[in-house]
Amino acid sequence: MGDLVSLPRRGALPEASGLSGGAVLEVAAVTRHYGARKALDGVSLQVGAGEMVALLGPNGAGKTTLFRVIEGLIPADGGRATVAGADVAAEPVRALAALGIVFQEATLDPDLSVGENLSYYAALRGVPRKERRAAVADALSRLGLTDRLRSRARELSGGLRRRVELARALIGGPALLLLDEPTDALDPGSRIALRGEIDRLRHLTGCGVLWATHLVEEVGQADRVVILDQGRVVATGAPADVVAASGRGTLTEAFLALTGGAGS
Amino acid sequence: MSAIGHALGAAAAIARRDLRRFVEQRSRLASALVRPLLWLMVFAAGFQNVFGVSIIPPYQTYVTYQVYVLPGLAAMVLLFNGMQSSLSLVYDREMGMMRLVLTAPLPRWWLLFAKLLAGVLLSLVQVYAFLGVAALLDVRLPALGYLTVLPALVLSALMLGAVGLLLSATIRQLENFAGAMNFVIFPMFFLSSALYPLWKIGEAAAAPVYYLCLVNPFTYAVELIRFAAYGELEPLALAVVAGTGLAAFLLARLAYDPQRGLLGRARPGLA
Repeated sequence: MGDLVSLPRRGALPEASGLSGGAVLEVAAVTRHYGARKALDGVSLQVGAGEMVALLGPNGAGKTTLFRVIEGLIPADGGRATVAGADVAAEPVRALAALGIVFQEATLDPDLSVGENLSYYAALRGVPRKERRAAVADALSRLGLTDRLRSRARELSGGLRRRVELARALIGGPALLLLDEPTDALDPGSRIALRGEIDRLRHLTGCGVLWATHLVEEVGQADRVVILDQGRVVATGAPADVVAASGRGTLTEAFLALTGGAGS
Repeated sequence: MSAIGHALGAAAAIARRDLRRFVEQRSRLASALVRPLLWLMVFAAGFQNVFGVSIIPPYQTYVTYQVYVLPGLAAMVLLFNGMQSSLSLVYDREMGMMRLVLTAPLPRWWLLFAKLLAGVLLSLVQVYAFLGVAALLDVRLPALGYLTVLPALVLSALMLGAVGLLLSATIRQLENFAGAMNFVIFPMFFLSSALYPLWKIGEAAAAPVYYLCLVNPFTYAVELIRFAAYGELEPLALAVVAGTGLAAFLLARLAYDPQRGLLGRARPGLA
């Protein structure tokens, strides 16, 4: 087990272990093909500690592909991605140790309780057995889900499942939260509530957040927005700056203009 | 937490989850038992008056056909569970649970090995349950054989689990699984020494069938188990089972490697 690395003790949700003041995610000129199709074409972006960056793009823009590269699930054909200073391709274990992920699809085991799902994840993240119960309780309490500890995952509504997944992603004190369209399939009320939770949590923990979405209204709370279209970054900056640079009146108009009117 | 502690804790969690799912799916244990028991009680009981098994190693005396097929049926339990574990991996991949495992901060090979170990644990539970019921039906191994067979069962389960792991990387969707299994389970089982001694196959069947049995690694798993159950070691079987298991695991590791493997080349959504 030569390439195992020792992880810091992470039991009861310490604050984020990101590089204070520096970038917790750096993506530099990443390209990725699926056959002849270029899914990512020289994508570069950064997320700082405590910063929320919205990755905005229409369906099929390459958001999920970029996330998979960052998560080490697929390789980039060119360029590099580093998480908390660790190259995803060269040092995947170190890079993954700094990540908390909410996947696009639901990834709770429906047959396990909420507590068992989180405890399972905590074990995978290296939380010592004796500390798992406290880590799970802490994560659930941060999302106001303490009373759901024993509920079966299959009994939860879509909104609750997402909140449980967000609580799960916080276990281990990640430096960077990757949220891949976390509000997909949620009703408007649940969307607003989840957005509020995420904003609160990033201020509370100081972790960076990269939020992939195709919904312009979800960009409001972000410090910066990166607009992705057909695998390329077509605009980046503070939402107000992107609007100003585009010469349009609103971010929705700017987004539609930049992506050829393919926005949601 | 130390790196070793982390790795072991994660492996234990993976095994606990698989065990929990197994316990909850009561029909799975039932079918794992019914399948070999049907062979033992119907097929073998019916044919034991037709087939005579001469004295061949490791047997010291004539044995009934039911006693002869017992190791082969134990291997059959391992084979089916190895493939079931493979199915569970494909299911986990479709459900997204596999992404959760593969993004854990541990080496990919260790995570795959942990899944393999979990499958081995389930295989052992099922094999001993089967051997227990067979003993109640008066079809037994030597008393010490229940202990001496354990390492052979573990090694064979590792080999078959590794083959299943490799298959899981090549099967794109759950719907394709049944078809793929038909090309693996049945040829592996029937083209082996599980039901008949090899010499008998050589005598009765065409030469290609005999040679297919000879190159089938499942034959060696059956023989490893058979000899171990009688307190003996069959070196060739040990070498083939260990070698095939290692090769299958290394190939599976490669297939699951995002930088080089099948999933890395996959279309969106597969990994």
